[in-house]
Amino acid sequence: MSTLSITPREQAWVLPSRGTVGIACLIVAESAVFVIFVVAYIFYLGKSIGGPTPRDVLELPIFGTICLLSSSLSVYLSVAALRKNQVRLCSLWLAATVLLGSIFLASTAREWYQLIYRDGLTIRTNLFGTTFYSLVGLHAVHVIVGLLMLTLALAFGLLGQMRDRHAERLEILSLYWHFVDAVWVVVFTVVYVLGR
Amino acid sequence: MTPHWLLSVSSWLWDGQTSIFSPKGTPAHLSFGLSMFILAITAGIFLAAGSLLAYVLIRFRERPTDSDHEPAQIYGSSQIELAWTVVPMIIVIVMFLTTARVIFNTENASKPDGALDVVVIGHQFWWEFRYPKLGIVTANELHIPVSDPRHPTPTYLEMSSADTVHSFWVPQLAGKTDVIPNRVNVMWIDPAAPGLYLGQCAQYCGTQHAKMLLRVYGQSQSDFDKWVVQQQKPAKPDPSTRFGEAAFLRNGCVSCHTIAGTIATGRLGPDLTHVASRDTIASGSVPNTPENLKKWIDDPAHMKPGSLMPSMHLNDRDLDAVTAYLSTLY
Amino acid sequence: MADSIPVTGTIDLAPAPATHRLWLETLHGWITTVDHKKIGLMYIGYALVFMVIAGLEAVLIRLQLAVPQNSFVSPQVFNRLFTMHGTTMVFFVGMPILFGFGNYLIPLMLGARDMAFPRLNAFSFWIAAFGGLLLYFSFLGGDGLYGAGSAPDVGWFAYAPLTAKVFSPGHSTDYWTLGVLLSGIGSTGTALNIVTTIISMRCPGMTLGRMPLLVWLYFVTCCMVFVAVSPLTAAQIMLLIDRYLGAHFFDTQAGGSAVLWMHFFWIFGHPEVYILVLPAFGFANEIIPVFSRKAIFGYPAMVAATIAIGFISLSVWAHHMFTVGMGAEANTFFTLATMIIAVPTGIKIFNWIATLWGGKIRYTVAMLFCVGFLFQFLIAGLTGIMLSASPFDWQLSGSYFVVAHFHYVLVGAILFTIFAAFYYWFPKMSGRMLNETLGKWHFWLFVIGFHLTFDFMHIPGLLGMPRRVYTYEADRGWGIWNLIVSSGVIFQVVAIGCFVFNLLWSYRKGRLAGPDPWDAWTLEWSTASPPPVYNFAVIPTVQSRRPLWDLKHPEDPDSNYE
Repeated sequence: MSTLSITPREQAWVLPSRGTVGIACLIVAESAVFVIFVVAYIFYLGKSIGGPTPRDVLELPIFGTICLLSSSLSVYLSVAALRKNQVRLCSLWLAATVLLGSIFLASTAREWYQLIYRDGLTIRTNLFGTTFYSLVGLHAVHVIVGLLMLTLALAFGLLGQMRDRHAERLEILSLYWHFVDAVWVVVFTVVYVLGR
Repeated sequence: MTPHWLLSVSSWLWDGQTSIFSPKGTPAHLSFGLSMFILAITAGIFLAAGSLLAYVLIRFRERPTDSDHEPAQIYGSSQIELAWTVVPMIIVIVMFLTTARVIFNTENASKPDGALDVVVIGHQFWWEFRYPKLGIVTANELHIPVSDPRHPTPTYLEMSSADTVHSFWVPQLAGKTDVIPNRVNVMWIDPAAPGLYLGQCAQYCGTQHAKMLLRVYGQSQSDFDKWVVQQQKPAKPDPSTRFGEAAFLRNGCVSCHTIAGTIATGRLGPDLTHVASRDTIASGSVPNTPENLKKWIDDPAHMKPGSLMPSMHLNDRDLDAVTAYLSTLY
Repeated sequence: MADSIPVTGTIDLAPAPATHRLWLETLHGWITTVDHKKIGLMYIGYALVFMVIAGLEAVLIRLQLAVPQNSFVSPQVFNRLFTMHGTTMVFFVGMPILFGFGNYLIPLMLGARDMAFPRLNAFSFWIAAFGGLLLYFSFLGGDGLYGAGSAPDVGWFAYAPLTAKVFSPGHSTDYWTLGVLLSGIGSTGTALNIVTTIISMRCPGMTLGRMPLLVWLYFVTCCMVFVAVSPLTAAQIMLLIDRYLGAHFFDTQAGGSAVLWMHFFWIFGHPEVYILVLPAFGFANEIIPVFSRKAIFGYPAMVAATIAIGFISLSVWAHHMFTVGMGAEANTFFTLATMIIAVPTGIKIFNWIATLWGGKIRYTVAMLFCVGFLFQFLIAGLTGIMLSASPFDWQLSGSYFVVAHFHYVLVGAILFTIFAAFYYWFPKMSGRMLNETLGKWHFWLFVIGFHLTFDFMHIPGLLGMPRRVYTYEADRGWGIWNLIVSSGVIFQVVAIGCFVFNLLWSYRKGRLAGPDPWDAWTLEWSTASPPPVYNFAVIPTVQSRRPLWDLKHPEDPDSNYE
C-alpha cells in the first residue's frame, strides 16, 4: 500500500510566523483606509467655501507628537525586556507607553476643544473641518484601540501572567502600535506641515 | 465593402434612431470608425481563438478505443509562450495608438468661431437649456443649427447639474458625457442634416431616470433663426386666456416656473414661456396635447411617479383655465 | 479506475459515525464551529440562499422589462430591485461563495489541519452574514423617521450625491452602507486568514512553487482584498459621516465632489471584479487538467500572469469613468492600462487551450461547465476590450451593452466555474457524487438560458438603451430584444432548480464517492470524503506540484521535471 512520504527532511521546514504575517496584512489593509482619508484631505485643501482655514487655526502639536513617537520606543523596550523574561521591567515600559499614548490623546482632545469652541470649526463647518476631524479622528480611534490592548497587556504583566514565551505576541501588538505612530507621522506632515 | 444584403437585413442596427452605429454627427462618426476597427480586431481574435478551442475540444476528447495510459505530460514551452505574449502586445499597441488619436481628436478639437453655446443644466428629471448669447431659456427639446463641414457651426454644450449626476446621451450625435453637480463638462455636437435626434439620460439619477428623455432638433440655419426669434419673445398676453393666466399666477405655479413677460420667475421647474411650441411634455415622455397637459398639471405623480412636481390640487375650473392658457404659449 | 488508488494521508479512511445527536446539539456545533470545512460550507450555503433571492429579484426585473411601458412593478420598486440584485450578488453571493470554497480547500490543498486563525475565520463569517441580514432588514426598517425609503434604491455603486440625505431620505441608503461595510470587514478578515495560511502553514516540501494554482490565485486575490476593500470601507465611513454628522465629503452644495466618490468606489470596484474572477480561474486551473489528463501548461507563466493581473487591475479603475470628463490625457492612460491587462489574461486562455491539446478529455459535468467558461470568458474579455477603447465606451457606457458584458463575466465565466467547482468538489465535501444526468440537464438548460439572455442583451445597448431604467419607449426598437432577453430567464430558473434538487437529493442518495473519484493529483484527494475534522492524521511531505501523480506514477514523477 503506497503512502505519502512522512520522512523528515534534512533541513528544518521553517515558515514565517502566523502572527507576524497576520499583523502585516492588517497593517496593509488599514494603511489603505488611511491613504483614502489622506487623499480626500489633500484633494479638498483650499476648496472650502468659507470658514476657518488650516493656516488660521492649526498649531503644530509638538508635545503630543513627541509623546506618541516616544511611546514607540517605550513599547520596543517593553518587548526587549520580556524577551529576557524581565516581566516587571516589561510592565514598567508598557505603563510608560500607555501614559505617553494617553497624553497624546489628551492633547488632541484639548486641541479639538479649542478648535470647536474658540475657532468655531466643526466637522460640518466646511471641507477643511470635514476632512480634518475625520482623518485625525480615525487616527485617534486607532490610538484608543491600541491603548486598550496595551492596557490589557499591562494588566497581564502586573498580575504576573506574562513570560518570555509571550514575547512574540507582545511584539505583534507593538507592530500595530508602531503602525499607529507611523500613520501619525504622515498625518502630521500632511495636515500640519504641508497643508497649512 | 459591406454586402448590400447584410446591410438591409440589419438596417435596424445601422438606421436605428438611437443606434450607436448610425452616426449623424462628427463625434459619433469618430467613435463609429474606431468601433468598427476594434470590432474587426476582436472578431478576428474570437475566430482564431474560438476555432482553436473548438478544434482542441473535439480532436482530443477521450474515446473508448484509447489506451489506458495517461497522455504525454507537457509542462510548458518557452517559444510558444513567448509568441503568445508578444503577438497580443503588438495588437494592444496598435489598438491603443488608434484609440489615443480618436480621443484627442474628439476631446481637444478646436472650437470654430461659428460655434453656438448652449448651457445645459440637468435636473431631476428634466433638462434645462439656456442660450446665453441669445437670451433664450427652454427645456427638454434642444434646437440647434445643422453644421456644414465647410463652415462648421457646431453646438458646444456646457453642462452641469442642479442635483444628482445625469448623463447627456444622443447616440447618433455623440458619445455621452456626464452632467455632474459642482462641475462643468463640455461636449460638442454637429448634426450634418436636419432632423430629430433622440436620446435620454444615461446615468441613474433617481426615481424617474427612465423618463428623462432628450429631443435634439437639428434645423437649417434659417429655420433655426426663425425659432430663435420666436423664443426670444416674451409670452404674448391674450385676452381670452386672461383668467387662466391669473389662475396660473395665483396658484403657486410661479414658485417653480418662469413665463417671460409675467411676474412668474421661478427656476425650479422648466421655463414655460413657449411651452406650447414643444412637441412633448414631461421631459419627452408624452405628446404635448391639452389632454396630457391637463392630466400632468392635475397629478404629475400619476403620469411620472417620483416626479418632483407636486400636484397643485387645482379645482376643475382653474385646471381647465390654466391648461387653456398654457396651450396658447407658442 | 476512480477508487483504485489506495492512498493514505490519513490513517482513518472511514471514521466511525458519530453517536446520534439531537438537532439542537448539531445546530450548536455549527454555530460555534471554528473548523474551516464547516465554515466553508456555511459560506457556500449562505451564498446559495442569497443567490436564489437575488435571482428572484432578477426575474422580477426581466418581467418588468419584457415589454415597453410595462407596469408590472412601480419605478420605486424597480429601482430597489436592481440595487438589491447587484449588491446581493456581489457582496452576499460572489464573495461568500468564493471565500467558502477557499476556506474549505486551501488548508486541504496545503496539507494543513486548519486555517491560520480559526476563531477569526468564524468571526469573519458571522459578521459578513450579519451584513447580509442587515441589508435585507431594510425592507422593514428603511422607512426611518421621515417615512420614506425602504430597501436601498441608489444602485449598487451608490453614486453621490444621490446618496446624500437630501436626495435619499430615510434609512435605506444606510442599510446599504452598513450591510456592505460589515461584509467588507468579513472579507478583510478572511483574506488575512488565507494569506497567513498560505505563507505560514504549508506542509513540508511545499514551496510556493509547488502549491496548486488555485492556492496561488487565492493568494493574489486576498492581497488585492487588502488594498481594494479598504477604499470602499473608507468611502462608506465618509458617506455615513456626511449623512449623520453633517460632513461634506460628497456634498456638492458645499464644494464637495461627486467625482471623488466615483474614484474611491471604482478604486474598490474594479479590483473587486478581479477578486471575483481570479478564484474562478483557480477552479478552472484545477479541473481542466484533471479532465484532460494532463498537467497544466505553463505553471510559472500562470503565476506570473496572475500577479500581473493583480497589479495592473489596481491601475485601471477610471475606465468606469470615461464619460465623467477627466480629460484626454487621463482617458488615454486608463485606456492603455485596461488594454494591457488583456495580455496576461490572454496568456491564461492560451495556457488552458495548450493544456487541453494532446490530452484525453473527459466530458464530466464539471468539465462541461469549464468548456462553457472558456468560450464565454473569451467573449467577455473581447467585449471588455471594446469597452476599454474610450471613444467606443462613450457610446457603450451606461447602456445595456455594459450590463451584458459584466453578466457575461459574472455569470458566463464565474458562475460557470462555480458550478464546475460544485460538481468537482461536492464528492469531497459530502462523500457522495452529484447525479451526472441531472447535471447535464442543469448544464444544457442553463447554457440555453444564459445565451438567450446575455447574448441578445448586447443589442439594446448598441441601439441606445441605457441601464437602470424601469421602462423604455416603444418606438426605439428595443422591445423585441428585451423580450428575447427575458425569455432566457425561464431556462435559467429551471436549470437552477435542477441544480438545487441535485444538491439536496445527492447529499442523501448520491453514489458513494470514496477519497479520489476523479483520479486527481492534489492533496485534498488523499484524505477521506468528507475529510475527518483533523484533515490528515499525519501531515504529508511533498516533492512536486502533483503529489498524488508522483504516488500513482512512481516511474515518472513530476519531481523529475521541476
